[in-house]
Amino acid sequence: MDLNFTSEEQAFRAEVRRFLDARLPADLSGKVHGGKRLQKDDFMRWQKILHQQGWGATMWPTEFGGTGWNAVQQHIFEEECADACAPMQLPFGLRMVAPVIMAFGNKAQQDYFLPRIVSGEDWWCQGYSEPGSGSDLASLKMRAERVVATEGDHYIVTGQKTWNTLGQYADWIFCLVRTSTEGRQQEGISFLLIDMKTPGITVRPIIMLDGEHEINEVWFEDVKVPAQNLVGQENKGWTYAKFLLGHERTGIAGVGRCKRLLKDLKAMARREMANARPLIEDQRFRDRIAQVELELMALEVTNLRVLSAEGKKHAPGPESSILKIKGSEIQQTLTELMMQALGQYALPWLPEALDADWRGVPVGADYAAPLSGHYFNFRKTTIYGGSNEIQKNIIAQMILGL
Amino acid sequence: MDFNYNEEQLALQDTLRRFISKDYGFEQRRALAKSADGFSRDHWRQFADLGILALPFPEDFGGLNGNAVDSMLVMEMLGRGLVLEPYLATVILCGGLIRDNGSQVQKEALLPAIAGGELLMALAHYEAGGRYETRHVATGAKADGDGFVLNGTKAVVLAGAAAGKLIISARTSGAPNDLDGISLFLVEHNAPGLTVRSYATQDGARAAEINLANVRVTGDALIGAQGAALPMVERACDYAAAALCAEAVGAMAALNEVTLEYLKTRKQFGQPIGRFQALQHRMVDMVVATEQARSMATLAAVKADSADALERRRAVSAAKAYVGQSARGVGQAAVQLHGGMGVVDELNVSHYFKRLTMINATFGDADHHLGLFSDMLLAA
Repeated sequence: MDLNFTSEEQAFRAEVRRFLDARLPADLSGKVHGGKRLQKDDFMRWQKILHQQGWGATMWPTEFGGTGWNAVQQHIFEEECADACAPMQLPFGLRMVAPVIMAFGNKAQQDYFLPRIVSGEDWWCQGYSEPGSGSDLASLKMRAERVVATEGDHYIVTGQKTWNTLGQYADWIFCLVRTSTEGRQQEGISFLLIDMKTPGITVRPIIMLDGEHEINEVWFEDVKVPAQNLVGQENKGWTYAKFLLGHERTGIAGVGRCKRLLKDLKAMARREMANARPLIEDQRFRDRIAQVELELMALEVTNLRVLSAEGKKHAPGPESSILKIKGSEIQQTLTELMMQALGQYALPWLPEALDADWRGVPVGADYAAPLSGHYFNFRKTTIYGGSNEIQKNIIAQMILGL
Repeated sequence: MDFNYNEEQLALQDTLRRFISKDYGFEQRRALAKSADGFSRDHWRQFADLGILALPFPEDFGGLNGNAVDSMLVMEMLGRGLVLEPYLATVILCGGLIRDNGSQVQKEALLPAIAGGELLMALAHYEAGGRYETRHVATGAKADGDGFVLNGTKAVVLAGAAAGKLIISARTSGAPNDLDGISLFLVEHNAPGLTVRSYATQDGARAAEINLANVRVTGDALIGAQGAALPMVERACDYAAAALCAEAVGAMAALNEVTLEYLKTRKQFGQPIGRFQALQHRMVDMVVATEQARSMATLAAVKADSADALERRRAVSAAKAYVGQSARGVGQAAVQLHGGMGVVDELNVSHYFKRLTMINATFGDADHHLGLFSDMLLAA
């Protein structure tokens, strides 16, 4: 048992830092650190820089254009990126659809889609939840009827998806669709890749509680999808869907991001004043910081334990639910404490201050504007990716056999 | 002991309930929150007609001689309706301050105007860097002839832009955290040198940063004795905190109703999600927390009028800490039980959640009041 980083790992960390110092654009890290709105181009720019370095897909094996890094290397990379305030690499392509294409897609799909994901050429979004199918995902209804035709088979897709993150920017959407209504509902689901430019697709914004447009409803009306865009076998999509959700959950732990939030929280607590002393000298508040730091220390080691045990070849198991539960709770606590540190300056709502171009005078401290919105927005983390109640069901059933 | 409202109080409650269901629908409120003022002056006139603007004032000044329990009843209903009109700032805070500390002339000039709906007011007291400390006042008031000259900046002044007159605290002597030396001044909204930067708040209301650059007031602008305003401000802020507890209870009760309805109607896995025990228990926790909060809010209301400052502060801090914790728990649970529907702007769930969050951040959050209460254990 040795919890220290080896000298190779330390050298690796130094290499990642050198790269971030040299190549992470200051305007991007400034936006991330300041809690400003990121545009499509910001995410894409960073992905392209990573790709030029050969680090576009640190969680992929080398045969598909990834780095082939082990769990510890990935952890170090994510931690350093978060600490440097690099834009998050969105998971929909890299962490969600890509592992499914690698594991269950055909050679043509792998050759076409994977390079475009790692290069930042294609933006992917997710078509899983439906208005009537959230936690009970397997009840989904969006129909895909297979049509046999001489110019090539295709599906006609009709229905509605919801809780679609950033689909307004997307080139492609991966969807769970119903291809059969016979037998168990899990056995009639297929996994389809759909070009967002296809006629019949409408994206409608859903405004979140922080006033931001982050999610959408996506409507499909007689959308024609080539049969070659089916991943794996027809009616086997539920297996792929569960495989994908396991990958989504590990990303959700977000240890690196939490460490960065904790650092910012401590800095804030030194600047905010209470009783004419820095807030961090207030025992009650400092204990709250200390408590969340304990949780985070535990999660970091648990995360490494789970990832190491899985190795590179296996899909994440039900243990990833532990990471999702604790990671989401810690993110919520950190964003809540950052808002709480502001005192009454949690009240002002200045959405214009979230624009990178805004040159107005802040109300209160210069870091104040995004923090209440972040707290509100982060309530989503215990809901998405399978709500924490569902995660507990998974642990109860899959690990404990209850 | 009697925990029941009397007939008059029940009638008032009923009237307000009808007003909210008829004139304060969710879409109507949304439109108001987006309007320039952030509230409706028509509603304000209706409030005057209903008598709630006159409620806590003596009959001699056009009031209805109501007590803090009456105010609590009103605040609870305003909480149910997520009402945006500046009742707390004008009636509870400033009306209360004038009623308790104003001269005969000031009471005659201001209380009937508030009661009649002609005058909106705001208290500009807290400052950046002072957090929730009532004694932190750096703004200065320098004697100048028969009057004073005010300089400084006030933070997050509720309804600061809507107010026709402001009550502003400033130091006539001492250092920023001294107990003595704070004075209160009545200042016109358009006084030369006074600038108001108004903004929307997270819960759809309005607040403002107020800057004072050589704002000149006459000697009769002083409210109460010079340099002795801290106990007046503390009393007003306690009164406001007690009122906010009642508002939070109203909001929590309404949010519980909405959430319970969702548990009964939203179906997953072939049954209403309210059939799942994990969710049932969470809903029960919300109801228990709300009942406990209601008890604490009642206690605070009964003690808010107490002449014994220690007794008052003990009850109010206990209530504001407890209600703040409950509001946080209930708000977060309601969002979680609604799933994705809890984090969208379209449903009122997130709006109740945001209001409850901001109530906690106003006039001392749960940790602040827990600290005050805890410190009182040492003194006892």
